Parts: sequence; C-alpha cells; structure tokens
Amino acid sequence: MRESFYRWRKIKSGLVSALCLLCAVLVIAPLGLVFFHLLREGASAVNWSFFTNLPKPVGEIGGGMANAIVGTFELLGIAALIGVPTGVLGGVYLAEYGSVRVNWLLRFICDILNGVPSIIWGIVVYGLIVVPVKSFSALAGGVALGFIMIPLIVRMSEEVLLLVPNGYREAALALGIARWKMTLHIVLKTALKGLVTGVLLALARVAGETAPLLFTAFGNRFWNHNLHDPIAALPLQIFAYAISPYDDWHRQAWAGALVLVSMTFLVNVAVRFLTRSRSAALAK
Amino acid sequence: MKNVMEHESTISADTAALHAMTDAEQSPAIAFEVNDLSVWYGQKQTIFNTTIDIPAQSVTAIIGPSGCGKSTFLRCLNRMHELVPTARHEGSIRLFGEDLYAPKIDPCVVRRRIGMVFQKSNPFPTMSIAENVIVGLRLNGVRDRAYLDERMEKALRMAALWDEVKNDLNRPGISLSGGQQQRLCIARAVAVEPEIILMDEPCSALDPIATAKVEELIYELKKQYTIVIVTHNMQQAGRCSDYTAFFYLGRLIEFAKTEKIFTNPSQKQTEDYITGRFG
Repeated sequence: MRESFYRWRKIKSGLVSALCLLCAVLVIAPLGLVFFHLLREGASAVNWSFFTNLPKPVGEIGGGMANAIVGTFELLGIAALIGVPTGVLGGVYLAEYGSVRVNWLLRFICDILNGVPSIIWGIVVYGLIVVPVKSFSALAGGVALGFIMIPLIVRMSEEVLLLVPNGYREAALALGIARWKMTLHIVLKTALKGLVTGVLLALARVAGETAPLLFTAFGNRFWNHNLHDPIAALPLQIFAYAISPYDDWHRQAWAGALVLVSMTFLVNVAVRFLTRSRSAALAK
Repeated sequence: MKNVMEHESTISADTAALHAMTDAEQSPAIAFEVNDLSVWYGQKQTIFNTTIDIPAQSVTAIIGPSGCGKSTFLRCLNRMHELVPTARHEGSIRLFGEDLYAPKIDPCVVRRRIGMVFQKSNPFPTMSIAENVIVGLRLNGVRDRAYLDERMEKALRMAALWDEVKNDLNRPGISLSGGQQQRLCIARAVAVEPEIILMDEPCSALDPIATAKVEELIYELKKQYTIVIVTHNMQQAGRCSDYTAFFYLGRLIEFAKTEKIFTNPSQKQTEDYITGRFG
C-alpha cells in the first residue's frame, strides 16, 4: 500500500519535471532558431567591407552598412543623454522621496508609457521636432528613442534602488548625513551595478527599434554627422533592404540583422557578467 | 551702589555654580529628559505618556517583550522614527536641556550628536573598512586626510577592532566576520564623536564570544559616552547596564538602578517579566 503510493508520487513528480523541461526548451528554441537562421543567411555577407563601406548604388554588388552601424550608435548616444539622467532621477524620486499617492500616479503613467506602441513615439516626435524644423534629423530619431527609454529606466532604477537594504539608509542618516548625500553616496553607489545593467538593457531594447525611426531619423545612404540631417540606422537599413527586390540587398539585410542581434546579445552577456559579480559580492 | 550690585550678582552666580556642582555629585547629570512622550504610527499608538530621565555617562538598558515600543522609544531619541512618514509624537525630549524637536533644530545635527548602532550590522558594502569608519566625517564635509586617518585609528581602537584590521584597512567592510562588522559599525558611530550612543539590540545577531566582546566594549565606551541600549537579553541588561527601564505594551512600567530592577522590583509586572512568567 505504502509502496504503491510512493511509486505514484514518483511518477507524478517525473511527469511534471518533464513538462517543465519541455516548456524550458520551447522558451529557448526561438532564440536558437533565430541565431541559426541568421547565421545561415547572413554570415556569408558579413565581412570586413560590411563594417567599413557605404551602401553601393542599386545594381552594384557589395558595399556595407558602416554608416548605419555608426548611425545606430549616434542615435543611442542621443537617446542615452535624454533617457538616462531623466530616467534615473525619476527612479530616485520614486524610491527615495515621493509620497505614496504621487508614486502611485507616476508608476501608473510609466506603465502606460511602457505599453505605448513604439511607432506612436515616432509620430509624437515627428509632430514635436520634424514638422516645426521641416526636416528629418538624427536629433529627432535620438529623441524618439530617448522618450522610449525614460519610462523603462524610471521603473528599472526604482526597482534597483528599492533592492538596497533600508539598513544602509538608516545607518547613513544616523550618522547625521544629509538625505541627498545619503542618496548620492550610499544608495546610488550601492546600486550602481544594477543601474548600469538596467541602462544597458534599455539601450539594447531601443537599439532594435525601427518604427520610431521611420519618420524621425529617416535613414541615409551616406555618412552624416550633422544632428540636423537624416541619419542611417541598422534597423532602418535592414527594413529598407529586406523589402527591396534585389537578392544582394536581401543578403545584406540578413547580415545587418545578424550584426544587430549579435550586438544586443553581447550587451546581454555583459549584463549577465556584471550582475553575477554583484550577487557574488552581496552574498559574501 | 552700582559696584555693590555687580559684586552681589557675581557672588550669586558663583553660588549657583557651586550648587550645580554639588547636585551633579549627588545625583548623576541628566542626558535625556523625556516628558510625557506619546508616539503614533498612523492610527496606532505605540508609546503612551512616557516620562523618564536618562542619566549621562552611564549605560541605560531598555528591556521588555517584543512589540512593547522599546525600539520606537530609542528611535525617538535621535529622531530616526521620523523616517516613517506616518509617525507623529506628542510630548518633549530634551538633551542636556535642549529641545531636540524645536522647530529650528535640524534632525541631521541631532543625529550627529546622538549616534546609533543597529541590530543587523550594516557596513556600507561599497566601502573599505577605513572608508566605512570615516564616512560620517567625510560626508559631513571633513577633507583633511591626516585628520581623517587619525580619527579612523582612534575610532577603531575605541571599538577594539584596530589590532584585528590594521593591516587590512583597504579590504571591503563586508569581508569581516559578523562580530567584527558590528564593532566596525560601532567604530563608524563613534568616529563622528557623538555625545550619546544608542544601540538597538546590537548583539542579537552575534554568537556568545562576539557578544562578550561588544559588551566589554560597551563597558569601555561608558567612560566617555552616555549609552542607551535596547536588549531582549535580560542577562545582558544585568551584566552591562547601570540603569534599566522596563517597557510593557508601550508604557514605561519601571525605571531604576539595574540592581534594584533585578533584585527588588517595585512593580509586579516587572517582577513577572524578569522571572520569566511572561514575555
């Protein structure tokens, strides 16, 4: 009696474990498939000239996306200038200063903003900057990405700051340290790795955004380092090449996608590395 | 005529000083005068009409069962309870005659004069042992490196930690053992040279050997500081305090010399608690 009951329990446990394993595989499978497919289609077109050359005119084989790669980094730079200080300070307000009611409202607004489709941000910035200036521009693209980053970083940095144990705040205040100094030198410093992690993840997230750039940064087939002119970006270039009728451009689009995914993958790996050393330090 | 009056006033000032001195010799000087203190967190009252005079240059233990308001009372003494947004209080607390809650008093200044050591040792994880000790001075604007080093050594010696860490001052504070971390926190508190040190169950997370070291330290610190210590451990209160206050359900039941509380309490509730009949 007892023996069979025990066996039945083992069977149930085995079944549920197998189910969990299956789900885990299903979760990981798309990542593997995406990588596999990108490598098969794009690896052949990724070569040195892809990173150093400008796109070739229609009909000529070869060329690269150097301007789009650099353009993506420029756009991310502008986005970070807008998104990081605003977002982190917003998070500091929520975690360290705000009252219950104001916080509730701010969190609610941030969550709504996080749910806004990214193309809407493109339209907003189109109306705010592109229409009055009468030109697509790198600045407009960066601002659109920056706006997307703000609510992401606010919520992320709030969570990271709340992970800092209250004991540290109390210890600092009990030494007679003023509140803003405590926030700056104790809380932010303790949470620094978490904040960097969050910022990197937010950057990786907006790096692949295409829709908000369609009518802000617009894209450019040439080098541009002027903030007031349209600029190329990897996702835009991939989009333009993927919907073109030329085989060579399709290969380049695959290559661009491979580079973009590898970049975000590398950022995520870097983040893992950072967070691992942090949890190791905290566990000690 | 004018001369005579001046003469007289000097004499009376002298006699007043003389009186003050003899008073001080007869009964110890008072550090905290707490008068009719009541504290609420939101709607819930946690301290009821407490009046107590805590003597200077001695150790006062606060004992009582969990939830009796010991920690709240301690936190009122350096205005730490104000960190809870819904907290409010009535009554007054004076430190050497000065109202700690007067409108023009900055809580930061109060907390600089009244240091605190917490139940869970909490050295700052991003800082080395040395930085942990001087952080209070540094963030209060002291820049002079030599002076900071001098104060660091003095504080670590006072916390009986110097010999154990003098070769590892740049190691992270959190790399120390639990008992050492707690003594590091005590060093951090004394480095800003407060007048009073409050301790909120400083040994409850420590093993008996580390506890003995901290208690020894309390005995040493008493020569210079007024110490108020909250403890769950009645043996600890008996061992290291001069005065003991017993709180129950938010009320001060009895306050007297420690020997008296433990040998001849005047309240039935105190006796029941001490003999382990409840709590």
